[in-house]
Amino acid sequence: RVSELRRQQPSQRGLAGRGGRPRSQSPTETLSRRIQADNSGLEQIPTAQLESALSQALPKRPLPTGCSQSLPGSIACSDMFPPPLCPLQDIRNTVGNIPMEWYQDFPHIGYDLDGKRIYKPVRSKDELDKFLEQMENPEYWRTVQDKMTGVDVTLTDEQVALVQRLQRGQFGDVHFNPYEPAVDFFSSEVMLHPVTNRPADKRSFIPSLLEKEKVSKLVHAIKMGWLKPRKPRQDTPTFYDLWAQEDPNSILGRHKMHVPAPKVPLPGHEESYNPPPEYLLSEEEKLAWQQQESSERKLSFLPQRYQCLRTVPAYSRFIHERFERCLDLYLCPRQRKMRVNVDPEDLIPRLPKPRDLQPFPTTQALVYRGHSSLVRCLSVSPSGQWLVTGSDDGTVRFWEVCTARCMRTLPVPGVVKSVAWNPNPSVCLVAQSVLLVNPCLGDKLLYGATDQLIDAYTAPEEQRLQPVTWEVPAGGERDQGVRLVIKHGKPVKQVVWHGKGDYLASVLADNSNLQVLIHQSSKRWSQNPFRLSQGQVQCVLFHPLRPFFFVATKRHVRVYNLLKQELAKKLLANCKWLSSMAVHPALSPSRHHKKALRSVAFHKHYPLFASGSDDGSVIVCHGMVYNDLLQNPLIVPVKVLKGHALTQDLGVLDVVFHPTQPWLFSAGADGTARLYT
Amino acid sequence: MGGLEKKKYERGAATNYITRNKARKKLQLSLADFRRLCILKGVYPHEPKHKKKVNKGSTAARTFYLLKDIKFLLHEPIVNKFREYKVFVRKLRKAYAKSEWNSVERLKDNKPGYKLDHIVKERYPTFIDALRDLDDALSMCFLFATFPRTGKCHVQSIHLCRRLTVEFLNYIITSRSLRKVFLSIKGIYYQAEVLGQPITWITPYAFSHDHPTDVDYRVMATFTEFYTTLLGFVNFRIYQTLNLHYPPKIEGQAAIELKPEEREAYALESESYVEKLSALSASLSRVVAPNPEDDVEVDEFPVDGESAEQEEARRKEQELLEKQKKLFNGLRFFLNREVPREPLAFIIRCFGGEVSWDKSVCIGATYNVTDPQITHQIVDRPSLEKQVIGRYYLQPQWVFDSVNAKMCLPVADYFPGVLLHPHLSPFVSEKEGDYIPPEKLKLLALQRGENQESGEEEEEEEDDEDDGSEEEDDTDREDEGRLKKMEEQRSQGKKLPVKVTAGKVKLEDKQRLALEEQSEEKRLAIMTMKKREKYLYQKIMFGKKRKVREANKLAEKRKAHDAAVKTKKKSKKARRE
Repeated sequence: RVSELRRQQPSQRGLAGRGGRPRSQSPTETLSRRIQADNSGLEQIPTAQLESALSQALPKRPLPTGCSQSLPGSIACSDMFPPPLCPLQDIRNTVGNIPMEWYQDFPHIGYDLDGKRIYKPVRSKDELDKFLEQMENPEYWRTVQDKMTGVDVTLTDEQVALVQRLQRGQFGDVHFNPYEPAVDFFSSEVMLHPVTNRPADKRSFIPSLLEKEKVSKLVHAIKMGWLKPRKPRQDTPTFYDLWAQEDPNSILGRHKMHVPAPKVPLPGHEESYNPPPEYLLSEEEKLAWQQQESSERKLSFLPQRYQCLRTVPAYSRFIHERFERCLDLYLCPRQRKMRVNVDPEDLIPRLPKPRDLQPFPTTQALVYRGHSSLVRCLSVSPSGQWLVTGSDDGTVRFWEVCTARCMRTLPVPGVVKSVAWNPNPSVCLVAQSVLLVNPCLGDKLLYGATDQLIDAYTAPEEQRLQPVTWEVPAGGERDQGVRLVIKHGKPVKQVVWHGKGDYLASVLADNSNLQVLIHQSSKRWSQNPFRLSQGQVQCVLFHPLRPFFFVATKRHVRVYNLLKQELAKKLLANCKWLSSMAVHPALSPSRHHKKALRSVAFHKHYPLFASGSDDGSVIVCHGMVYNDLLQNPLIVPVKVLKGHALTQDLGVLDVVFHPTQPWLFSAGADGTARLYT
Repeated sequence: MGGLEKKKYERGAATNYITRNKARKKLQLSLADFRRLCILKGVYPHEPKHKKKVNKGSTAARTFYLLKDIKFLLHEPIVNKFREYKVFVRKLRKAYAKSEWNSVERLKDNKPGYKLDHIVKERYPTFIDALRDLDDALSMCFLFATFPRTGKCHVQSIHLCRRLTVEFLNYIITSRSLRKVFLSIKGIYYQAEVLGQPITWITPYAFSHDHPTDVDYRVMATFTEFYTTLLGFVNFRIYQTLNLHYPPKIEGQAAIELKPEEREAYALESESYVEKLSALSASLSRVVAPNPEDDVEVDEFPVDGESAEQEEARRKEQELLEKQKKLFNGLRFFLNREVPREPLAFIIRCFGGEVSWDKSVCIGATYNVTDPQITHQIVDRPSLEKQVIGRYYLQPQWVFDSVNAKMCLPVADYFPGVLLHPHLSPFVSEKEGDYIPPEKLKLLALQRGENQESGEEEEEEEDDEDDGSEEEDDTDREDEGRLKKMEEQRSQGKKLPVKVTAGKVKLEDKQRLALEEQSEEKRLAIMTMKKREKYLYQKIMFGKKRKVREANKLAEKRKAHDAAVKTKKKSKKARRE
């Protein structure tokens, strides 16, 4: 019993400590209430345990007196049990430890020692009786119903004290001391019960020889200085003059190619804690900075301004930056890069001044207006007095050079691709794509003679087979000046006169061997010089003096000897598309234009070139050819002439020099021709 | 045809390079050890000219080292130490696992270590080489010295870094070789000139670090290991050049040691030495006391091929330098407790000033706030309640700006509570065409000895006048416009069909014409350039143009800013009126 109670005690103490219930009511009241609350199911743990403690104590009422010393609570029980209802009878229930609910529906509550039923006491008290009893009976608060017998039992003082002690979480036994001093009986010091009882060995009393030998050895070693105490470890490094014997000329031991690490660039104004306001980024710049990749950023930080030094915070990426520098030092391949330290002015070649190379056309002098569409081609009369232009609007116009007056307009069916003035000064003829025209300008004698020349043609007896047909126009056309019509089977791209003024060559838009035709105007007969086609012919040209004939295809220029009728030379051009050419002893393709080149021209007397291109400019170059063949010809661009407006991405379509003056004519896509002087 | 078959990649560039992995295998080292070795020995990868050839036809990204470098590493004694260390770690782990504490003790006592002296000597055969490469070493050591004494790195190395940096600072003070200082948002930059070599380093502001997680501290620790060795030897040498004791001894140490109880209260016996040094307030004792008579006037020999002008300039520069060294001579500073003590004490002492601080801030305070001889008090708070007459109260920027300007700047701009002028970087030397901030122009003028302030005021006045006249002009113009309109309205009724417009006289600006001609000549000449040269020329010009553009942008920004400030001022003025 004692042990049981003891065992219960700590748990109860713990629970009571945990519970901490308010104790506003008097302890006795709570006690009775709790005991009665048992059936109603409002079971609270400490109460239940009290209950069990009580129920264990109560039925064992008549305990032998010998036991009473050790359990005063139990003694009290025996004293207490002259219950008021049956003071003489010993009504102990013999049903045992069973739930008493089983007897709920019976009139009895169990059986006594004699096997007779114990009847439930008559409970006829109503509320008023109960109340009266509560009022009258001074022992009411310590009256408890015994569940086993149904009898009301009044607790004695000892029992109440026991209950109160248990409630307080103390031991049930008054005399039990839970804090008795601990007594050691087996430890390193106290050994009340030795492990063995063996007597000690003899050797435990005699000093060891083996140890003596070892010790004497060590002593000897120490005496001889062989054994020394261990030196304390020195962690702090010692420094000395490392470069005491330095060789001033020594190089790095590793290799001569060592590249010292470049230093970190020094900070600029923008890194200051208080930079000038212009170095701070605006909102947009800040946004742009934030959206950039960190490797693309020009600045690795955002410039910031702080009012005073006190407000400057720590830089959060400081360790990062040092770490990145470390990585750079041991992970980055190093390379010596030669920085080009050139003054850009030195790169510009020294050229003779354009002023010294005059004359050349410098300003725009006249504009020939009249065409309504782009002017494709123009040509100057050998005398330099007249200019003829052909345009996409289907007209050919004749102009006086000096006044920019349109002398005549000749409507033609279709687009005018090419015009050429007969270079013979004694013949006044203009060859168009398919027409030979007498412009009837200038000296009447002259153009009269030309008419005569054409009319003097007598048809040969036998008609030779010709690739084209020659016709003499009549009527209105003749009045307009058209003297001969050469009918080609295909559209004509270009016409060129021979220097003598009798022959002319025409280029057809075709891929066959019939691309190039040579016509003789006086005899009115044509021939086809090539038997095979060599690709698309871009343009053809007669040599001004010698019997050479140039044919330009996309990449090549072929030079034919007209007398021997053979290929004299084949030139490869270094450009993608040859579109125009002019013959001069020293010719070099000019690469100054930004866009495609349309035409080139050279002056007959002055060392001048001109090239017109799609970018709307005409570049005039001065070409110097030295007698010393070792020296390269010097070509100096002397003037960029602008004036033509760009229309449909086309600028200058044709350029021609004046035969005698350093003047330049250009035909543009804006429907004008211009004269530069 | 006889002869051996030629195989690919057995000669030429392919044999000069070795990939990192192969190098590692050749050295029989783990990657971490290989990395450590490369850091210590200063071996870096090389980028071959023809990567594909070296890579045996593959285009995979690989790091290549020169084979010579790796062969050179093979003979390094440290490699053996690394291996020994590896073995040591293995043994130790085993002993731990077996709980053999005696052998753990023994092993720990015999822990293999290595010294880097020979590597320093090898990497920097001459002392000047070492000085030239000191920038990174100093920056790193200054960073490590600020690390907390826990966790991240070995405490010993942090202590060592602190000691070495403090020694270095003391040398700079004694030799007075500091030249430039710069307060940036990252930290404080210093530039000193040691034995003719400019050395720049950066120190972080004195805050605790927010240690990043994506930084490999092992790499940094390895670098620091090497740098501390280097810095130690350099310190020894530079102390020798000044006849100073190394390790440094504080002059008149006895006087300080008189009060032991005070010292003990401040720091441990082991730390007090470094702490006292780091106070930077005491001068160091020399091996041989300097004798003023020993300072022999150095004869000057003109350098060959140097004209008189150059010589003159050189002498002037020398004089300026001497003057700068004595910038704060005779001035007595007091640092308030809110200003960073170490940098300011360092700078002021570098230029000959005396400096002290509150006794509770740091050890080594030499005088009190109440000292009547104090000439300047450095203050960084908006206002002061109690000001002593006879001393200037200045913001710390004054010290920095004065050092950079090589002269004591006017103090009025730096009083507490005053909006400071921008702090400019002393490392920027503007060339022709670069943007120069107006503050710098002002400073240059001040250095030349011109008085700028009066001019400025005049300017402002002029501005005001101009504004007035402009307004008048405006009214005049308006009147004219109104008159014209009226005339037009009147003449509309009787409009004449013929109109004669007066011809305008075209004035030919000869200068402009000449300029135009010149530019056209240039343009034409550029046209004739060869393709390659043209490309180069255009590249250079592009760079130049970009520079100009940037300068213009800065100037524009400044102008807009000034205008904004001006209008604000004006509106304020108007409101006041």
